[in-house]
Amino acid sequence: MKKPEPEKFGAHSRRTFLKSLGTVAATAATAQVQSVAAELEQANAEKVIGPGAVPVTLNVNGQTLKFMLEPRVTLLDALRNYHDLTGPKEGCDRASCGACTVLMDGLPIYSCQKLAIEAQGHKITTVEGLVQGGKMSNVQQAFVERDALMCGYCTPGFVMSVTALLNFNPHPTADEVKHACSGNICRCGTQPHIIQAALQVAGVKVENKTEVINA
Amino acid sequence: MPSWPKETKYITHPTTRVDGPAKVTGNARYSSDIQADGWLYGMILRSKWPAATITAINLAPALKVPGIKAAVLAPALENNSDNFIVRFYGQELAAVCGTTKDACLDALRAIEVTAQPKEAFVVNENEAMKDGAPEVWAGQSNVSPGRPREQGNVDQAFGECAAVIEGFYSTPVQIHNPMETHGNTISWTDDGVTAWASTQGIGGVRNSLAGALRLDHSKVRVITDYMGGGFGAKFNAGVEGVLAAKLSQAAKAPVRLMLTRFDQALAVGNRPSSFQTIKMGALADGTLHAFEGENYGTAGVGASADAGGGGGGADIPMPYLYKVANSRVTQSAVMLNAGASRAFRAPSHPPASFGMECAMDDLAVKLGMDPLEFRLKNDPNEVRQREYKIGAEKFGWKEKYQKPGSSPGVVKTGVGCAGAAWGAGGPSKNTHGEAQINPDGSVEIRMGVQDLGTGTRTVIAVVAAEMLGLKPEQITVKIGDTNYPPGPGSGGSTTCASISPTVYDICTKALQQLQTQTGVADASGDNWFAACKKLGVTPLVAHGDWIDGLSTKPAYGVQFAEVDVDTETGLVTVKRVVAVHDCGLMIDTLTLESQINGGIIMGMGYALYEERVMDDLSGVVLNPNFETYKMPGIVDVPEIEVVLLNMPERGVIGIGEPATVPTAGAIANAVANAIGARVGSLPITPAKILAALGKVPPVEKT
Repeated sequence: MKKPEPEKFGAHSRRTFLKSLGTVAATAATAQVQSVAAELEQANAEKVIGPGAVPVTLNVNGQTLKFMLEPRVTLLDALRNYHDLTGPKEGCDRASCGACTVLMDGLPIYSCQKLAIEAQGHKITTVEGLVQGGKMSNVQQAFVERDALMCGYCTPGFVMSVTALLNFNPHPTADEVKHACSGNICRCGTQPHIIQAALQVAGVKVENKTEVINA
Repeated sequence: MPSWPKETKYITHPTTRVDGPAKVTGNARYSSDIQADGWLYGMILRSKWPAATITAINLAPALKVPGIKAAVLAPALENNSDNFIVRFYGQELAAVCGTTKDACLDALRAIEVTAQPKEAFVVNENEAMKDGAPEVWAGQSNVSPGRPREQGNVDQAFGECAAVIEGFYSTPVQIHNPMETHGNTISWTDDGVTAWASTQGIGGVRNSLAGALRLDHSKVRVITDYMGGGFGAKFNAGVEGVLAAKLSQAAKAPVRLMLTRFDQALAVGNRPSSFQTIKMGALADGTLHAFEGENYGTAGVGASADAGGGGGGADIPMPYLYKVANSRVTQSAVMLNAGASRAFRAPSHPPASFGMECAMDDLAVKLGMDPLEFRLKNDPNEVRQREYKIGAEKFGWKEKYQKPGSSPGVVKTGVGCAGAAWGAGGPSKNTHGEAQINPDGSVEIRMGVQDLGTGTRTVIAVVAAEMLGLKPEQITVKIGDTNYPPGPGSGGSTTCASISPTVYDICTKALQQLQTQTGVADASGDNWFAACKKLGVTPLVAHGDWIDGLSTKPAYGVQFAEVDVDTETGLVTVKRVVAVHDCGLMIDTLTLESQINGGIIMGMGYALYEERVMDDLSGVVLNPNFETYKMPGIVDVPEIEVVLLNMPERGVIGIGEPATVPTAGAIANAVANAIGARVGSLPITPAKILAALGKVPPVEKT
């Protein structure tokens, strides 16, 4: 059996599928349905990979990582469990908490909702990749200074969402920070400090409203 | 008597978390991140029946799935798998481990379970209380007998009141939902068991694992470097911990068994519901005079053994903060075919505060009194009296408070306040630790406690730095390992008050020993490195214990909330919360502020969004994940202003629980003040607001 080319497979497969759909739409006459189905089946048969492991190559934090993965393995699973990048966390495994947020070509995505084979050919950045030359990024630094973390489990996700926002919009308002982080959940209640940290990186003077009264 | 230093460099100042960099860079390894050599995934098979008798389980097909290394029965079924009674959907039946997550999922599907499902089961409190309701425990009533507690003459006292209200206030079952689910990585070898546990009590996990596995305590080591939140639900090993150990033994490999979010909603704890009927009356001068409260709630199939020292029951303190001369209180617990409760941040206080504080406002309105004045008249606590006055000033209560429903327009503004007490905590005397002072001047503090996100590591570093005249970053803090001297579980806001005096003692003794060994009179601060050098080649180890006089309890607090209510959509927006809390001697004002923010935000979820919804037809939790179990998001978070009462003479106090107690009551009162009608049922959803306004029919809970 010919081995698929992992780098190209994801995109190629989708295009082929969409093309087939186009054919269906254009020639949806009842008489032709069967032959179209047969055609689809044949097209799919040629492109099927898995269910066994296939080679997968990912570009993560500037490094090329090679894996053997079943096609159903998510990007999050690949990073955390087939490699040792455990910065992205699993909180829900269904796109409702954001702890697994990574950047794909600079945009924040839920890595639990992206198959590893689909992430091929894209630049993936995890929270570990924000550290340059042993130095934390401005966002990471601000999270520490503002205590924008407690248990810290959701923190990598928030750091990635804020990083992506500031890359595209270096001077966001508090509302824009909230919007950018609205796909991330924190149970400890660090949200007020996360807003402060993001605004601090944006150069906004953030006043702390906490008051100490000597009794 | 020991005393804290008067002039401080770090204590009572803001210090950034010593483990902050590890957490923001992904270097912090949580229990779910542990990759022990040759590790396997573990997963649990759970009952999909809320009530059934299991008559057979065949694990063999699971073992045929490629990649599967072991399959075991849940401990309760080991000798009983032909006649095992299931009492809730999600009860553990078996577990598998294998090389991939997907293999485990395949294997769970392959296990053959033969069961006789019972058609009759009950997951709704009111149904469970009816005559003839299906029995959760055969031969036993679902309702525990009410225990009336009476003082004074209640019936007569009501006749003497100038105003009496009767109200019904209810709170739902709330799910802990720590961001990291429960679970462990466990390795069982001939040398014993090592468990990397996501826990708030490494000692509790060690003891419960040793008990379940019939091992000596000394053969079980529990490590918790980092864990992703607990809120009361993660004290002991739980069934999931025991299963991970048994899988590891069977597969001869480390097993990482973390619960799914679904598992977490079904089986590992929750806050019991409450249904409070309150009748309360006051004399013409506003003095509370008569109280009658009846409450029932559910702890599911019963408060769990994993509750960690109790606190998971359905009883709540009534009439909470207030002294009423004549009172009668009846409490009962209702059994359901649902997962057991566990301790949850300030067990029983948030529902108690909500019910009583709502009743306080309702009675104030009836009396024609300002609700704040009514509280000041009846709250016996001096600290809260001061806190109310400080908070009212900062909040602008006088200017903002209007008669209920008098806010003009479609979007109505309202204000409310409520109080809290947390007395159940206090320090644990069973806290120990040691410092190793190395000849190069480096310091390592070792304590068998754990950091569940509150800042335990940082508190230890701050206190040690203060005592030794060093900087917090010069202190290496080693915690989260049962190989270190034992300490308490982190619950009940006890940790800070337990560890701070212990570190004080460790450091005092280290300085004394350093003086004895090196002759340097005061080795702290500038003399530190020179003194340590005189140790030669042997490090000094000083042991210390918790000592009296440096920490205390209880803690008090009050909160004020301002809300907008859209009377056309029913949407509530919390605009501002002012929180005033007494914190005794504050160790780190930065992490303290985080704790209070967190308490308020969690309380806000309780007030407006959170509710476990059970399906009457299948017995399953219908909203086990975050897209359906709504928690406050960053967009919902109000402006929070924290006022910290600095009372160093009291010593160290924990703040985790009191901060979450009064929020729901304050928000509920603000909503009632805005719309001029009481929504007495949490969460205060748009549908309930519109129903209270008479715009839609009320939502009937069957």
